[in-house]
Amino acid sequence: MSTDTPVPTGTEDNRYVSAANTPEFAELRRALRRFVFPVSAAFLVWYALYVLLSAYARDFMSTKVVGHINIALIFGLLQFVSTFLIAWLYVRYADRRVDPLADSLRAKIEGTPE
Amino acid sequence: MNNGITLAVSATTTRTLTLTLFVVLVAATLAITIWASRQTKSAADFYAGGRSFTGFQNGMAIGGDYMSAASFLGIAGIIALNGYDGFLYSIGFLVAWLVALLLVAELMRNSGRYTMADVLAFRMRQAPVRTAGSISTIIVSIFYLLAQMVGAGALVALLLGIKAGDTFLGMTAETAKIVTIGLIGVLMIVYVTVGGMKGTTYVQIVKAFMLMLGALVLTLMVFAAFKFNLSSLLGEAAAKSGRTPPESFLQPGLRYGRDIAGNATATLVSKLDLISLGLALVLGTAGLPHILIRFYTVPNSKAARKSVVWAIGIIGVFYLMTLALGFGAAALVGRQAILAQDPGGNTAAPQLAEALGKRYLGGDFGGSLLLAIIAAVAFATILAVVAGLTLASSSSLAHDLYANVIKRGQTTERQEVVVARYSAFVIGAVAIVLGIFARNLNVAFLVALAFAIAASANLPAILFSLFWKKFNTRGATWGIYAGLISAVGIVLMSPIAWGGTSDARPAATLTAAQAKTCGVDAKSKEVSNASALFSCTTAAPIPLENPGLISIPIGFIFAALGALSSKERDADKFAELEARSLTGAGAH
Repeated sequence: MSTDTPVPTGTEDNRYVSAANTPEFAELRRALRRFVFPVSAAFLVWYALYVLLSAYARDFMSTKVVGHINIALIFGLLQFVSTFLIAWLYVRYADRRVDPLADSLRAKIEGTPE
Repeated sequence: MNNGITLAVSATTTRTLTLTLFVVLVAATLAITIWASRQTKSAADFYAGGRSFTGFQNGMAIGGDYMSAASFLGIAGIIALNGYDGFLYSIGFLVAWLVALLLVAELMRNSGRYTMADVLAFRMRQAPVRTAGSISTIIVSIFYLLAQMVGAGALVALLLGIKAGDTFLGMTAETAKIVTIGLIGVLMIVYVTVGGMKGTTYVQIVKAFMLMLGALVLTLMVFAAFKFNLSSLLGEAAAKSGRTPPESFLQPGLRYGRDIAGNATATLVSKLDLISLGLALVLGTAGLPHILIRFYTVPNSKAARKSVVWAIGIIGVFYLMTLALGFGAAALVGRQAILAQDPGGNTAAPQLAEALGKRYLGGDFGGSLLLAIIAAVAFATILAVVAGLTLASSSSLAHDLYANVIKRGQTTERQEVVVARYSAFVIGAVAIVLGIFARNLNVAFLVALAFAIAASANLPAILFSLFWKKFNTRGATWGIYAGLISAVGIVLMSPIAWGGTSDARPAATLTAAQAKTCGVDAKSKEVSNASALFSCTTAAPIPLENPGLISIPIGFIFAALGALSSKERDADKFAELEARSLTGAGAH
């Protein structure tokens, strides 16, 4: 399929519906979901691991690493690090892989006045 | 004797400084509000600040909307008294933003207009879905609002140092609480009715700036006191915590998910409660209506993405600082001094400010000054959050219930905004009255409950609406009502409401005052939670304090069952929603 499949014109609503049924749109949907679904699952599992370890692995979490700094504190701080990191990766991914597709489709939908 | 006089002098200085700063703050926010009102003409101005904020401005405002007094004073207090466990809250509150960033913010910005229910009702029958969305919005917001207002009443009485039997400007502590609740209520009504979203947003930006700056100054001072050595800060905090062994203060388990010796059932329930809380925190944020409507204040989805990223940065740094504040208060103020002021620990951060001010800003006056500044920051924090909550609930009342359910879309923008302003008045009045009645109840649980309802009622409906083709009217209404009713119902059957002992809830050691309130002997073994709402001695039918573990699955299951059991399908409408939400075409 070429990337400039014309979006059929029609009534206001139809334009969205036909746009949603193009291969470009399928590609946009795939591009977004390919990132957000697995990453959401991953950070939820990572967070659940932290909560479960806090509840059930007290001895492990209490292990001292340096001075009074223990694994529980480091694990907690790593949750901050992973959150910042995922936010940054997502922005980078969305800017490069999602926005160009979304922008061109939006132009097609909005750029076909009746 | 000498000591007593010094204390009295510095208490008066503190009161004068605190009151002066409060007045300055109120005057400044009112000026902002009036300025914003001149630029508020259309409905989009009132509900969404004209969609003209930048990603950074909105990120600051989101921070201002989200970081409540419960996070600032509450988390610092929990850490100061219970050590590490307060950190669990911070982490849940922060990680939750990834749900908003990855799954909700941009799609919502593209497909909605003013309220959460705009997105839910997009491809459904308007009246039932908007009604459900609006009810849930208003209940979540009012619970959250009550927690803030009651907390503010107690806080101001504490910060002005009005103790039982004492008076200030002719007010007893009790009168001061009522006056504070009334004043905050009036201010939030003014911010919203006069300034709309624009005024509210600027108040939130100013607050976020003050809060970050205040927390940064305190954090730097705490670290300076320990020669920028984190380990020695932690060591000193543990040593002064009064816990045996001291190291347990730095480990999880003093407050949540406790191991209760010789009682396997109670231990299990305590751990389930921790997991339940963690679940509600991480899934609740992306379902909080006052947060969701902030995404409409920027021009497009890219700006919405940027604002969430800014918010994550600001909120993350803030929670890292609360860690220093909490441990700093434990190390420099000490457990006994904190407990003497407030058994809940809410004054730990202000007390820390006083101690640090004395140390670094020159004696008693420095202490009073920094205390007054932090008190003003806390006051600003409360004002910004209550304004956001009032706006979210009045928007929903006007835009969802009035314009789209009662008038079935047959209104003008002007009428809608007039109704929104009246709604803010009504919501504010209701909150003031409820707040005054509840002023002496322990309502801190209402924040966690608001998160639990948001996660159980709102999030399933939002996610299914955006991502699941077969989702429909029945799915949305079943999900919202089931999540809402189960979350509230479980709390009404929980130890928060019924404080008696049971297998899962061992007896607590009672203070004389608690025993008297509960009407039992001080050595009684009947009471597990002395601050229960309904009864101290009747055991709770459900031993969990946090409903999320049960109510969130109920919300998701009922939303799915409702959708599958109804034949309503509209593939075209879903295609349109997808096209709009993913591309931003036709966005308002």
